Amino acid sequence: MNSFLSSSFNNNLKHISIPKLPISIPWFVTLGYLVLMLLLPIAALITKSLTLGVDEFWRIATQPLSLSAYSVTFITALAAGLINGVMGTLVAWVLVRYEFPGRKIIDAAIDLPFALPTSVAGLVLATVYSERGWIGQLFAPFGIRISFTRVGVFIAMLFISLPFIVRTLQPVLQEMEKEIEEAAWSLGASSWQTFSRVLLPPLIPPILTGIALGFSRAVGEYGSVVIIASNIPFRDLIAPVLVFQRLEQYDYAGATVIGTVLLMASLVLLLVINFLQQWGRRYAIK
Amino acid sequence: MPSSNQLNRRTKWLLIGVAVGYLALILFIPATTLVYEAFHRGFMPFWEAVNTRFFQAAVSLTLITALICVPINTIFGLCAAWVIARNQFRGRALLMSIIDLPFSVSPVVAGLMLILLYGRIGWFGPLLESAGIRVIFALPGIVLATLFVTLPFVAREVIPVLEEMGSDQEEAARTLGAKDWQIFWRVTLPNIRWGLLYGVLLTNARAMGEFGAVAVVSGSIIGRTSTLPIFVEQVYKNYQTQGAFSAAVVLGLLAAVTLVVKDILEKRTHTI
Repeated sequence: MNSFLSSSFNNNLKHISIPKLPISIPWFVTLGYLVLMLLLPIAALITKSLTLGVDEFWRIATQPLSLSAYSVTFITALAAGLINGVMGTLVAWVLVRYEFPGRKIIDAAIDLPFALPTSVAGLVLATVYSERGWIGQLFAPFGIRISFTRVGVFIAMLFISLPFIVRTLQPVLQEMEKEIEEAAWSLGASSWQTFSRVLLPPLIPPILTGIALGFSRAVGEYGSVVIIASNIPFRDLIAPVLVFQRLEQYDYAGATVIGTVLLMASLVLLLVINFLQQWGRRYAIK
Repeated sequence: MPSSNQLNRRTKWLLIGVAVGYLALILFIPATTLVYEAFHRGFMPFWEAVNTRFFQAAVSLTLITALICVPINTIFGLCAAWVIARNQFRGRALLMSIIDLPFSVSPVVAGLMLILLYGRIGWFGPLLESAGIRVIFALPGIVLATLFVTLPFVAREVIPVLEEMGSDQEEAARTLGAKDWQIFWRVTLPNIRWGLLYGVLLTNARAMGEFGAVAVVSGSIIGRTSTLPIFVEQVYKNYQTQGAFSAAVVLGLLAAVTLVVKDILEKRTHTI
């Protein structure tokens, strides 16, 4: 058994590292790099969590401060994802279906949240939505403050999650044939019926995928939120900022536990997104 | 018929109006503010802010980081794309998901993981300390964090191009006696160049713009470990609005250039 193991190990080594077989260099680089750059860091986080023990982990994970940070993060991100689910769908529809001046520039600008560093986004949004900012001053007379409140967190999450919905939906809308819609029209369907019975059903999987992608991004967002929020516990403190604050206080256990919860949430979301994408593909084939 | 046409036109402009209004609120007005705040007192205040020692230190750290990270992740991305696009094996889908992982992990959590590996209490902490190497709160940490968050871009863009290209030409070159390197340089690379450039562009934009992960591992020591995105936040926190917006508008320009080049590259990949 032992010799068998070692011989197969040697065979593997031969495959991987002998430069005479350059074909396996990509394999070696890919696997080696992934282990070093991804799996090792994740292992460090999980091991650190495990050494805390279940009780201690649970105690830190369910502290009132942690719970409030999750709820601010997840509920605000969900709200942003849902609003962008509607508005992003509308934007994608307008960009694909209508011709109007400035369409191309607007289309290119949708990717701005991808390209703009998050600290710049935070700085700019905090300024625009502050009490004296161009948009914030319109709300200030009604006693609505946006920057440095949870509404500000929501605005930042809207900003960073917008491209996900638009970019997921655009190719699907482009492929949808206009004839189907026209057929529904000519068969006497009202515009609402055409929309809800013909147009919407095949769009639901990509819309949900986009929402999930945007939500996932918003949950992990740090840069823009930390600048636009006041980061006061129980008010507008999000979980990633809490991890950062714990690290600043050298509270590695606290940071690790909340970090692990966030990691698990993103892994679950990844599974959900994979499922939604497969569902969408099945829909597209039918 | 004309009435339904009229209705259609009215809905069209109503929808365009709502969409543009929404985008104005969260994209266009903020983008305009960025430029306005940087230059509304004229060009000189901007120029003075840009000509400080700390700003220039931040720029050079940002450039160094990108210069190290972009080539490394380009090589990895090419290897990974080749492995995935040119081989059928069990766990192929899993491998693709693993490569995409950095997109879904919060940058702060990425930074935390690096601290747990290379920090003073980390796995390699004692080893690094005895060797006198500083990773966390120093350039290596910034590089590692940037490598982590930019890992998927090249592989992601090159995989579909490689798949679309197929392996016929490569096999033809092989039967004609070409060596692997020759095949790569003469056959594969010319075919995938636009997709590759696209991936490199996105990698570079993120490498120069990453904030969260770098903020965790860099310690944000101004003039030493603060990249340009970190500099923006630090200066803003010190109520130096002009300085913050001057640095921000430089990063905004980088984003704008990225979007323009991206648009050009997208047209190239579509026409070929």
